[in-house]
Amino acid sequence: MKHILAAWMRDRPGVLNRVTGLLSRRNFNIDSLQVSASEETGISRMTFEVNGDDRTLEQVRSQLIKLVDVTRVESFVQEAIVKRELALVRVAVGPEERRQVLDLIQVFRATVEDISRTDMLIQIVGRQEKIDSLIGLLRDYHLLEMVRTGPVAIVRSAVANVESEPVLEPAGDTWQGGGV
Amino acid sequence: MHFPPDHFRTTAPPRRITGSEMIWDACVTEGVSILFGHPGGAILPAYDALAIYEAEGLLHHVLVRHEQCAAHMADGYARATGEVGVCVATSGPGATNLVTGIATAQMDSVPIVCITGQVPSPLLGTDAFQEADIVGVTQPVCKHNYLVTDVADLPMVMKEAFYIARKGRPGPVLVDVCKDVQIAEGEFRYDMEVKLPGFNPYPAAWQDALADAADLINAAEAPLIMAGHGIHLAGMSDVLLRIVEKAEIPVVTTLLGTGNITETHPLSLGMGGMHGEAYANEAVQACDVLIALGMRFDDRITGRLDRFAKQASVVHFELDKAEVGKNVQPDVAVVGDLAETLPALEPLVHPNTHTEWLASLTDRKLSSASKDILTFELDELVPPFIMRQIWSETTNLRDPGDVLVATDVGQHQMWESQYFVHERAGQLLTSGGLGTMGYGVPAAMGAQMARPDKLVWAIVGDGGFQMTMQELATIQQEKLPVKIAIINNGFLGMVRQWQQFFHDKRYVGTPVLSPDYVMLAAAYGIPASKVEEPGQVAEAVRAANTTDGPYLIDFQVKEEVNVYPMVAPGAAVDELIRRPHIVQDHGGVVPAF
Ligand SMILES: Cc1ncc(C[n+]2csc(CCOP(=O)(O)OP(=O)(O)O)c2C)c(N)n1
Ligand SMILES: [Mg+2]
Repeated sequence: MKHILAAWMRDRPGVLNRVTGLLSRRNFNIDSLQVSASEETGISRMTFEVNGDDRTLEQVRSQLIKLVDVTRVESFVQEAIVKRELALVRVAVGPEERRQVLDLIQVFRATVEDISRTDMLIQIVGRQEKIDSLIGLLRDYHLLEMVRTGPVAIVRSAVANVESEPVLEPAGDTWQGGGV
Repeated sequence: MHFPPDHFRTTAPPRRITGSEMIWDACVTEGVSILFGHPGGAILPAYDALAIYEAEGLLHHVLVRHEQCAAHMADGYARATGEVGVCVATSGPGATNLVTGIATAQMDSVPIVCITGQVPSPLLGTDAFQEADIVGVTQPVCKHNYLVTDVADLPMVMKEAFYIARKGRPGPVLVDVCKDVQIAEGEFRYDMEVKLPGFNPYPAAWQDALADAADLINAAEAPLIMAGHGIHLAGMSDVLLRIVEKAEIPVVTTLLGTGNITETHPLSLGMGGMHGEAYANEAVQACDVLIALGMRFDDRITGRLDRFAKQASVVHFELDKAEVGKNVQPDVAVVGDLAETLPALEPLVHPNTHTEWLASLTDRKLSSASKDILTFELDELVPPFIMRQIWSETTNLRDPGDVLVATDVGQHQMWESQYFVHERAGQLLTSGGLGTMGYGVPAAMGAQMARPDKLVWAIVGDGGFQMTMQELATIQQEKLPVKIAIINNGFLGMVRQWQQFFHDKRYVGTPVLSPDYVMLAAAYGIPASKVEEPGQVAEAVRAANTTDGPYLIDFQVKEEVNVYPMVAPGAAVDELIRRPHIVQDHGGVVPAF
């Protein structure tokens, strides 16, 4: 089962290494990993997806929080979060096919960031599945290059629902500065 | 420089000193008086600054002959005192030589601080002479580590290093200090507060779970305590004993938990696990509530996990939340410092007698071979006899509480744990988690440096001794009165045993040649003797104990003797290979070798 976790950590040299090193040596199976600034200066936020049962998730959380630089770890249930990813895709399209591709892009609410006689640079933001299907369709053309951020996630606010799915609390407790 | 009496208070006024002086000022302020180390180019400024601290009698530097031993000595020092041990090494090879010692301390939760020199900060990342990324190298094997590139950070880093090493579940912390930082001057103060938002060594609230734990314990008909290193680390042996006696609950210990309860106590079943007594392991498989205290269900104690204590409800008292549910999922977990949780449990535990349960254990105990091996007639020199004899002779001379034993790793380690009678928690220093050969002698030395008042024995194998025997020179240089017993069986015995049991006796890479240890000791000026017969053991041990200084005994034992009982890897703990024994005419059961 896939779990999505967020970890907050002090922005220290080598901190990424500490976190990824821990995940790999504890033999946790990570599907994606994304790092960014957080709302607090000096604190980075890492979002990652772990594959495993609930016990694995529990272990990942308790091992992570033991790292001195990690200040907080949260795991989420999928329904309670907004999860987004960004992809940039360069496709080889000449003038004849351009129209078809632009139609596709419109359906997916993607944007064209750059265009030349021979190729097109497309940006898409959204859920993983949406990105997957656009990329699948673009593979019918000549897909030259692609980069994806991996998902980032944030808990929905209980009042301001963005979409109509049920709103749930984050799974489990929030571990603020736990660890040994 | 002169140090006024209040110089090393945390409240001393800020002053401008060099990075090197900061390192030593911090150590002294933290209560350190002994450093184990080896110098080199990148740590030279710090060594230079050490002169004055040594001259003033504030710090004493012990020169080791290999940095691995500096870490093991700091570890032995820490285990013998509960205080942080400190070791020092230069960059590159000096630092990488520490790694085994750091990993050993990490696996056994031992608080040490390792100070390494690093190439000057402008050269970092250039593959400069003797540059090694020791922070990267040690990250997986220490509790935390630091690279210091700015002298302004050094005071806080030192303070955090000691704090992290000792707080919560203890462990090793490495501080890598660039050479230019050692030379640079900066403001030193030590009154600041450690603020580590991500480090909360005593995490969860445990009060709620406690009542559930007590209910399970009180309702149990056949409860069993499994007591680990955490009891000793929390200083909770007394409370444990009170709980045990109040509710008459038998106790099995882990290897690092030996002595948590005096092994002569009628409720003590000794050590469990791979080489634990059959009755201890059978108790684990027969109890209805298993009360695990300060331990982490290592595979050496559980054997095959999916058959471990399946019949029992498990109550787990543990400080480190990551250990809860890692290997064994408890029914009730009390996650917190045992120094708080156990005293809180004590009044909740009802007095009980568990008569039937205890009687069944006594039956099991009586039917297994007696360990009273000194009373048997032996025509060959076998290690269990030596272990009992050392213990018995030594405790004839000294109070058991004055005796510390460090072991190496292998058969002799298991025989020590079986045939010594550990009376106190912390009496045995041994590498349980990492199983580091070469640990015994340097650990004994560190313990002896820390506790000159104790009689310290190192029990080592002929294989492991040869990994760190260069420290005989350090023993002489420091005039350390440690007693060394080499169990010389001509083999890497524990591996040979596995080859005998599981690889058709193909002894590949396990026969081990030894030098003449008596001559070797003589070359270092250390008195020694060779023992070949059971009848010579007591006298040699007496000679060692009464010699004012170090002493070495080469015990030339019968070669192919095995450690029993044994739980084969992958077997459940009660599926053990039993100790071969002979039932004597008058009904006694004695082991056969
Ligand atoms: C550094 C290291 N290398 C290898 C091992 C694997 N090992 C475990 S016990 C053992 C044999 C130890 O032989 P010896 O020191 O003679 O002790 P004995 O078992 O004979 O008592 C070995 C090689 C180890 N534990 N540590
Ligand atoms: Mg041997």
